[in-house]
Amino acid sequence: MNQSDIVIVGSGITGTALARELSRYDASIVVLDRGYDVAEGATKANSGIVHAGYDAVPGTQKAKFNVLGAKKYAALCAGLHVPYRKCGALVIGFCEEDRITIEQLYRRGVLNGVSGLRIVSRDEALQMEPALNPAVSCALFVPESAIVSPYELAFAMADDAAANGVRFIFGESVIAAARRGGTWEVETARGSRYACRVFINCSGSSGAEIHRMVCGTRLKMIHRRGQYYLLDRSAALPFSRTIFQCPSSMGKGVLVSPTVHGNLLIGPNAEDIADPLDTATTSGGLASVLEKAVKTWPSLSVRSNITNFSGVRAHLETDDFMVGPVPGAEAAFEAIGIESPGLSSAPAVAEELSALVAESIGLKKKKEIVPYCPPAKPFSAMTDGERKNAVAQDAAYGNIVCRCETVTEAEIRNAIRRPVGATTIDGVKRRTRAGMGRCQGGFCSPRVARILSEETGIPLCEITKSGGNSRLLSGTVDEFLKGAAEND
Amino acid sequence: MIDLHVGVLVIGAGPAGLAAAVAAHENGTDSILVLERENEPGGILRQCIHNGFGLHRFNEELTGPEYAQRDIDRARAAGIPIECNTTVLSVSAGRVVTCVSPEKGFRQISADAVILAMGCRERPRGALCTPGTRCAGIYSAGTAQRFVNMEGYMPGKRVVILGSGDIGLIMARRMTLQGAKVLACVEIMPYSSGLKRNIVQCLDDYGIPLLLGHTVTDIRGKERLTGVTVAEVDGSRNPIPGTEQDFECDTLLLSCGLIPENELTSGAGITLSPATSGAVVDERFETSVPGIFACGNVLHVHDLVDYVSEESAAAGLAASEYIRGKGKKELRWSVVDGPGVRGTVPQQISSGLQDDVRLMFRPSGVFKNAVAVAESSGKEIARKKAMIFTPGEMALLNIRKEALSGIPEGSITVRIEGEIQHG
Repeated sequence: MNQSDIVIVGSGITGTALARELSRYDASIVVLDRGYDVAEGATKANSGIVHAGYDAVPGTQKAKFNVLGAKKYAALCAGLHVPYRKCGALVIGFCEEDRITIEQLYRRGVLNGVSGLRIVSRDEALQMEPALNPAVSCALFVPESAIVSPYELAFAMADDAAANGVRFIFGESVIAAARRGGTWEVETARGSRYACRVFINCSGSSGAEIHRMVCGTRLKMIHRRGQYYLLDRSAALPFSRTIFQCPSSMGKGVLVSPTVHGNLLIGPNAEDIADPLDTATTSGGLASVLEKAVKTWPSLSVRSNITNFSGVRAHLETDDFMVGPVPGAEAAFEAIGIESPGLSSAPAVAEELSALVAESIGLKKKKEIVPYCPPAKPFSAMTDGERKNAVAQDAAYGNIVCRCETVTEAEIRNAIRRPVGATTIDGVKRRTRAGMGRCQGGFCSPRVARILSEETGIPLCEITKSGGNSRLLSGTVDEFLKGAAEND
Repeated sequence: MIDLHVGVLVIGAGPAGLAAAVAAHENGTDSILVLERENEPGGILRQCIHNGFGLHRFNEELTGPEYAQRDIDRARAAGIPIECNTTVLSVSAGRVVTCVSPEKGFRQISADAVILAMGCRERPRGALCTPGTRCAGIYSAGTAQRFVNMEGYMPGKRVVILGSGDIGLIMARRMTLQGAKVLACVEIMPYSSGLKRNIVQCLDDYGIPLLLGHTVTDIRGKERLTGVTVAEVDGSRNPIPGTEQDFECDTLLLSCGLIPENELTSGAGITLSPATSGAVVDERFETSVPGIFACGNVLHVHDLVDYVSEESAAAGLAASEYIRGKGKKELRWSVVDGPGVRGTVPQQISSGLQDDVRLMFRPSGVFKNAVAVAESSGKEIARKKAMIFTPGEMALLNIRKEALSGIPEGSITVRIEGEIQHG
């Protein structure tokens, strides 16, 4: 039995933020994740928006944590060297009903404490964003709205936590959690057992299931999938801000937004599905995204589309987050139902939850914290002078592995050597952007696979795209011919 | 700061770059440098180990590496330096090329003339917007070809190929010969975009069905691919409900078109053609930026390397003339795609022609018993008959220089007339 003070289930944005906060205390901490890397659930597949906080109903957990969390983002991202940009947003309306919604959003925002909100006229909206549908009638201007790379933030927080002693264990799907003799005993699908003083449920899609293991209460969780288009960086960005349409009961609707890396993101739709792990895209879902997005952007073109993806939101029937001690359970805490604005809220949720946990078992702050050591600046972001120095110091900076995103061998090796390093092709992709570009890994994936194999000692045939059985290759050419001959 | 100055700088040591460099040398240019991002010259031919290259140019059937080796040998014999493992990061309109390599570090090289010969890349899944999961086992045909022919690994055992481009057809045969089962080659258009000989030799000979007018409508598998759904499409290329069939497979290869790789080109401010996705050039392959030339698949996608070599030699010669100050000319005609024609190269023709001009273009559909015609100011200046014009085979049309004498400045329209089978 693996013993620790704290077990956190889930290494999404909330789990990693919490692990990082708790790593400042004198405690042994284990993070378990069903996936094969940090941020494999909703954190890797969402809109990447730090919402200012005008949308959540005042008085809800969502409203509270969104506004508090959003205010922490600039400093958090600067400290962790994670791309973040306050690009602002417009919520656009087309009719009288929309105007009423926009006025309501404005009032909510003011009540929630969001600064800088302003309702702008059609002309001003079009002046701000000339590619907008000229049929727009008014808009809510949200200067505090920002964009971030959610999974890069999760990686940075996980690295920081790991450097300060937190252990991340992947491929661990929790199937039971029980309180025995003042200790939580946790069991996983592959038979591992973990004992801890405090158990924290930060699972996204399994949030309700684990809640029930802990306290016996059944919660109704709806898995709401959203599909996206991601367009190439080379396409001139039609919008400089995030453009929302008026929200509905199903969520914030289809947005069109620049990303921190200069791509254009279009989506998501909202469809309730049975299997929370079903992140497929569908022709109907993708079509509905375009149908809605064209209302924002009449000259919409997805000719430069480089990928489609979907993420699944963990929506509780109560329509609010559940953050705090698990009711009716001892030494158990949770942050569940974390859908939008979960990304925006994560820093505040982690702060509050870590304080509650620390207090509950009397944790003391560590005397010394290992300062965060950020990955070196990406080659693509370096000046010519910096590039010259980088290659002079490490020849691996002279080997461009991903030509679409200009990622070097040095960056790929470094990403594998991080405290919570990449072990898969997708892990390298999300940490370095190798394979994120217009050729989608066609050129670099054989090269990345080779570097992964060299660095980790995993045979090339066993290198996976995203862990588990997602192997890239079926065997060597020779083995294959032998096998085929035997079958004949 | 400029680290080096050369006469002609060639970007890419594939068949295009090598032919251009050798031609510039033969025309008397001494200072030539070829930059190549791979660890050896030869370009994509290095992984094309099948035969069929060089029939037109050498009158014999060579494999890709053999064809490449002939040009590598010529370049070496001419003493042309080829620097490998060198990636070009940018090209400026002032012909300063910034590049990086592990051996020589970060450098800026200025040149009197630059020849762009970077080739093309394959269209990825994202460009097709095919729905489904994002599992392992989906490769572009060229990536699979690299794995099998250069790295010695098999990507999978049961294969469906989407698209009938030449690399996909070649890989259908290659995977079969290596012991994999290729279930089908699925093509959304009513005709293949590959060469007829490849359909016969790579699919028909192995009993691999070619499903024309079909596409993949779903991709399944959480970790590794487990299957795809294929459906027939209607005239607007939309799947027809009720025609779906499922294939159990662990590998999907995409061969859905090639895109000239022009990020460096657009970075230099060079005008690109939406029809070819390559630079707009004149008959000497000079782009809109003086002293920068483009040839091979970076200019427009070819189906035969023989024509790449021929075109690139012309570009190399022109670059060499340019730096001797002989390249002065005035643009006189612009070449316009008419009915049945897509992506004609060159897009511009200048005055003072020394030679005939060969127009290259893609038919936009399948035409039988047809004729390609070029005309200007209501006067026919070139004509060529063919039993068949198909998008899978680049069409050529020569304009004799005499035919252009007396034709006033303006546009030249190229069109195909004939029985249309699919348009």
